[in-house]
This record gives sequence, C-alpha cells and structure tokens, in this order.
Amino acid sequence: MPIEILMPALSPTMTEGKLARWMKNEGDSVSSGDILAEIETDKATMEVEAVDDGILGKILVDGDTDNVAVNTPIALLLEEDESDADLSNYSAAAPVAQAESQPAAVSSEAANVAAPEAPKAESVAPESEWGGPFISTTVREALRDAMAEEMRRNEKVFLMGEEVAQYQGAYKISQGLLDEFGAKRVIDTPITEHGFAGLGVGAAFYGLNPIVEFMTFNFAMQAIDHIINSAAKTRYMSGGQVSSPIVFRGPNGAASRVGAQHSQCYASWYAHCPGLKVVSPYSAADAKGLLKSAIRDPNPVIFLENELLYGQSFDVPDTDDWTVPIGKAKIVRPGTDVTIVTFSIMVGKALEAAEELAKEGISAEVIDLRTIRPLDTETILNSVRKTNRLVTVEEGWAFSGVGSEISAMVMEQAFDYLDAPVQRVAGVDVPLPYAANLEQLALPQSSHIVTSAKEVCYRS
Amino acid sequence: MATKKTPTKRAPKKRTASSALPSDVNNEMILDFYREMLLIRRFEEKAGQLYGMGLIGGFCHLYIGQEAVVVGIQSVLEDRDTILTSYRDHGHMLACGMDPDGVMAELTGRIGGYSKGKGGSMHMFSEEKGFYGGHGIVGAQVPIGTGIAFAHKYLDENAVNVAYLGDGALNQGQVYESFNMASLWDLPVVYVIENNRYGMGTSTERSSANSTELYHRGSAYGIPGMQVDGMDVVAVREAAKIAVEHARSGKGPYIMEMMTYRYRGHSMSDPAKYRSKEEVQKVREERDPIERLRAVMEKKNVIDEAGMKQIDKDVKAIVSKSAEFAQSSPEPDPSELYTDVYADA
Repeated sequence: MPIEILMPALSPTMTEGKLARWMKNEGDSVSSGDILAEIETDKATMEVEAVDDGILGKILVDGDTDNVAVNTPIALLLEEDESDADLSNYSAAAPVAQAESQPAAVSSEAANVAAPEAPKAESVAPESEWGGPFISTTVREALRDAMAEEMRRNEKVFLMGEEVAQYQGAYKISQGLLDEFGAKRVIDTPITEHGFAGLGVGAAFYGLNPIVEFMTFNFAMQAIDHIINSAAKTRYMSGGQVSSPIVFRGPNGAASRVGAQHSQCYASWYAHCPGLKVVSPYSAADAKGLLKSAIRDPNPVIFLENELLYGQSFDVPDTDDWTVPIGKAKIVRPGTDVTIVTFSIMVGKALEAAEELAKEGISAEVIDLRTIRPLDTETILNSVRKTNRLVTVEEGWAFSGVGSEISAMVMEQAFDYLDAPVQRVAGVDVPLPYAANLEQLALPQSSHIVTSAKEVCYRS
Repeated sequence: MATKKTPTKRAPKKRTASSALPSDVNNEMILDFYREMLLIRRFEEKAGQLYGMGLIGGFCHLYIGQEAVVVGIQSVLEDRDTILTSYRDHGHMLACGMDPDGVMAELTGRIGGYSKGKGGSMHMFSEEKGFYGGHGIVGAQVPIGTGIAFAHKYLDENAVNVAYLGDGALNQGQVYESFNMASLWDLPVVYVIENNRYGMGTSTERSSANSTELYHRGSAYGIPGMQVDGMDVVAVREAAKIAVEHARSGKGPYIMEMMTYRYRGHSMSDPAKYRSKEEVQKVREERDPIERLRAVMEKKNVIDEAGMKQIDKDVKAIVSKSAEFAQSSPEPDPSELYTDVYADA
C-alpha cells in the first residue's frame, strides 16, 4: 500500500491552503527531508518536506490548486519494495478533514462538554488554640524566630536575599541567623532579583526549601516571571511531577514617604494566580505561625509583610512548634452590625474604626483575612449572613483588587443576605505621592472605614 | 574538531585538535551515537508529520540538525546529573532516556504524555531521568538550572547540571545574573549555548555583539568558554568531558558554544524566509551530524550495510510505535482540569 502524502497544516489555525507547485515529479525518488512541494497560506509560503524515503508514485492534487483542505491526500509515495502496480490498488479515501472543520483531529468533544464542577476548596486544618504562656514579641522577631525554628527543624530550608546575612537583613529580619546557621544556609545574594528568584525556584524543583527574601516586594516585579511562570505553573505543567516548595517573603505596601516605586500592595497581583498561595498577616503571632506553615508548605507561598508593623509587639505563644494554618481567616473583633474584612496593616486601622463605631452604637465585626489565596470564604460569608453589611479594606488600589473579589464572591453566594451594597475602602487610584499630606490622603485611614461602615448601615 | 577557548584566569590547557577518534570512543559508542541521533531525527520528522495532520497543536519546535549536541553531551553525564533546556526540548528528552511514547503522547495532548497532556511540547519533566524541563520563556531555564546546580552543591552530591540555551536566549539579562552567581559561588553548572545562528528569524549577526565568539560571554565573570563544532558528535563529547569535569571538580561553571544549525523553521509555522535554501542545503550536505558519523562508520567498518538497515528499521519502529501510542492514548479525563495545581500541604 503506497504511503499517502497529506496536505499539512503548518500553523495551529490553518484549515486549507493553496498547493502552489510541485518541486518533484512523478517517478522521482525522494528521501526524507527533500522538499516535495510549496504551499501557500494566508500568511506565508511554506515547503512540504518528505517524511519517508521512496518514489513519488502519483500526484493526486496538481500544482496551482486553491483551497486544498488540510489532510487531503496530495500524492502517493511508493516504498522501496513497491511498484506502479501498487498504485492501482489505491483507492482514495475521503479527505480526513473538511475545509470548514478545525484541522485538529482531536478534542471534538471537549467543546461540547461543560467543564466539570470545580472542586470544593480543600478543608483547612483547624487552628489549634494555644493554652500555654505568651511572650511579647515584635513582628520582626517573630519572623526571625519562625525562620530559625524551621531551619533547625529541616536542613533543606535556607534563606537567600540581598543583605540577609552579614548585614543581618535590610530591615533586620534575619538578625542572628548567619551566626547560627552559617554562610551555606544564610546567603547574601547580589542585587539580582530575577536571577536569584529563578535560582531559588530551581533549588526548590530539586527538593530544597528556599526562603527568598525580597528587600521589598516592589523589587520582586523584576522576578515576577519566575514567581508566576516558573514557580506557580510548573506543578500543573508537569502533571504533578515537579513542585516548588518555596517562600517569597518581604515587606509589601506603603512604608513612609518612600514614593510611588517603593510603595505598592501586591496582594491582588499574586492572589490572581492559581498555583500560588498568598499570605499577609497582621499580628506577630500570625506572622510567626503562618511563616512556619509557609515554609512547610509544598507549594510556592507569597508572604507579604509590612514594614510599618515590624516594630509592633504582640503576644506570641511561647513555644517553637506552633503554626497557623494557611487559608484561615480570623475574627479579631466580633460584632453584629457590619462586617469589615481586611488584612495586614489595615487590620489595625479597622480595629481603630470599630472602636469609633462602637461609640456611635454600631457593632463592627473585623475579620483579618491573614491568607488572601486560598480565600477563607466561609468565615466571610458566615459573618455577612449575620451582619448583612460588608466593607472591605485594603491599602492597594480598588481596581481588580482583593475587595473587588470579595465583593463579587459575596454577591454570588450571599446576595440575599445583603442589606446594602458592599463598599470598598482602598488606596486612591494614583501612584503613591511623596508629599506627607498627599500620601496621607492617598492611603485608607480609619476615618474612611468609619464613613463607609456608617453608609452601609444607612447612618450618617 | 576546532575548539577555541576564552582566555581567562581559569581556562584549562589548550587541547590539540585531531581528526582521529579518541581512544575511548569504541564501535559500540559510535553505534549508540548513531542510533540516538537517528531516533531524534526520525522522531522529529514524525512530530512534524503529526503536526501537519492536526494531531499536535500549538507551538512545536523541532530539533532536526542539532542532534549531535545533546547526544554528545549526554554521553559524558552520570545518572545523578541533571539537565534542562528551552522549548526546543524533544531531542533532550529522548537523549536522556525518556520514553518516546510518553513524549509523543504529550505532544498530542494525551493522558499517556509525560505531563498527562497538560504541558505540551514545551513543558515536560522527568525527575527519574534528571530532566527538569521544558521551559517556554526564553532564558528562564538558565537561572533555574543554576538553582539546580546550587542544590547539587548544597546537598554535596558531586553532580552537575547542564543548562542548554539558544543563541537568542543568550541576550536575556537573567543569563548574566546567573553567570554572576554561578561563578561567585562556584556552582557545578555547564551552560551549553546551542548556536543555531538564528533566534527565531533574527541572525546572530543582527542580534548579538561580537556574534562570532559567543563563548566569550562569560569572560567578565571569569567563566571559561569554548567553541565547539556542534555538528560533530565526537567533538562535542570530547569538549563536554572537559567542561563537565571542570564543573564537577568544584571549579565552577563552564560555557560551551556549540556551532550548530536547525534545518526546520523556528517552529512549525515559520516559513524561514530569513535565510536562503542554499544555505540550508549546504549545511545539510556538508555538515549533517548523522551523515558525518555515517561516513566515519563506513570508513572504520563499524557495521555492515545490513546492520545499518536494521538500525534504521529499529528506529523507525520505535517512532511508529510512539506515534500510534500518541494517537491511541486517550485525552485527559475532564476531571484532570483541576488536579495538580497545588500539592497537598
């Protein structure tokens, strides 16, 4: 049986083309790689190469023929032990693909089949109540302790970043770690975010557990290709074979008058991407417990800290083995009239606002998300079903922000419980200004939260 | 076997070029080289054919012409060593021993593919064979490979990572960020530049300063480099011995510039109008790595004609089987849509 030479598809979208001319004649011997013919598509002229060796037995579609459907037999090739007699045995089958149909012979069904239901979010392990003693600790110390404890626990955990070792951290988060763990595990990198983020991902692919510190997350934009394309997607693209157990951590958001390039909240950027987990704690206890969980997590975790919180002290469980589960929000102030959902430094502003609201007889429930992705929708929904009013608060811009996502989610899942439209308190839609007064105006203040909470309660 | 070296403080001694085969290259090894290069070529031709039939979608970058590079380098690696490359990755996977069935089935997007059909031509992995992708962003594999080398050193494994990149990727900033760290920390990594003379449609002359000596690109970082005839599998092997030994012995990274050529377009949908047919034909006639090895085999009487035919037949059978498997393996079950996004914590 002679080999059919088919009209090839030369791009993902080609369905038909013009067979411009034959470069070989009937009777010519051809070997693999020889150019048989030229075909033209709307984009280009391309050559058809022989795949097999043999003799061009018969040309079925002449040169200068328009609209030849992909997969139409255009010639017959005789193999070594075949002769012209074999050609007469050939009966042309119908073209495999029609011009009007997609060239892809696969996936015919997929277009008609609805995507399966997305799986329910993985249940998060319950948070353990700490019954032991507490110790007053700054967020800075809590983060350092979390890293030190995990490094003692697992030899494969190491810290790398700019100024993390000899300088003891640009913000002194890694104070003392070089002394305890040595230069092999506490590594000063050159100023090369794209490079060391990619290097960290490679080490994670191979089974190490890197903690990559960005001096601030503003600089991680240099590295975002590796965070998203390399770290977040590889597990999926490898069919579950290769994971990236890596933590990217550092301060996020506005600090104090450092201007637009050094003041940006990246929570919604990273939370957008499947494959990443995004954590942004407020208290020192959560910072410690969540960083320990992040280091133990087999997935890439974006750990967003806040420079202005580093020096604040909180009570932290006095133990070296207490973790906070990723994916679990916390009600930091219970209330009945309005739900305020927020994270990171804005938790403090929300608590201030709740205090103000209480003076006016409004009982606000404040939820600290702690984790942005996976989002603890249950805690938010339960609260909204109780208060029937929701205000979201974030330092970043409102457009495509975390508050927008929460607002949409609540609309989808608790629409009938809402007694007022959701309000989003967010950073003003401008690059963050330097001038003290303008910076103050651009960032959410507790007074904005009070105003929004009153509005959703129809109080003024 | 022309080999140039970058003059650096760490450059190894000059080697004299010789057309005689090195003493450790025996007939068996030559036959392995031949089989492996032929397998890659036939596999890629078949992939091109399946693409033409609409069975392979998206982008498909063929390795035809460059076979000697990966086959020669792989011949000096140990099982514990690792490699990774860009999206032109089918040849690398076959050379490191991955199953042609699994590779071809990934190209057709089937459950029997290495990534269960979820990665495609550019995204496959095999931890078992030390193959870490398959990366679709030009140059991104370079810091990742450097990181795997970092892990080799951290774990004290005496293993080497070989990070392949194209001449086009060599102009990405992250490549130099990697060179800097690899040299600074003496990481066991060999950077193999597969210089096939075109980054998509732009020739190295038009894209790269000092384009005839890309192996110098590590000089500023103190990384020794060499330029090798990448169309001569034995020359590649001999050069790779030096580079890999350098990295393995703790002296840090090494850069190999392989002078090679791809016969096909950048991807299947590239008509390759940026170069003349004569140019392609000339390389095929004068430098083809498979034909050149075949000439050596004839001259040295490595195998008789019947034996050669048998190899051709065997290789063809492997490729046909992979193509059949790639068409008979089912598409992934719809439930696979949601799996493998996160590992269980």
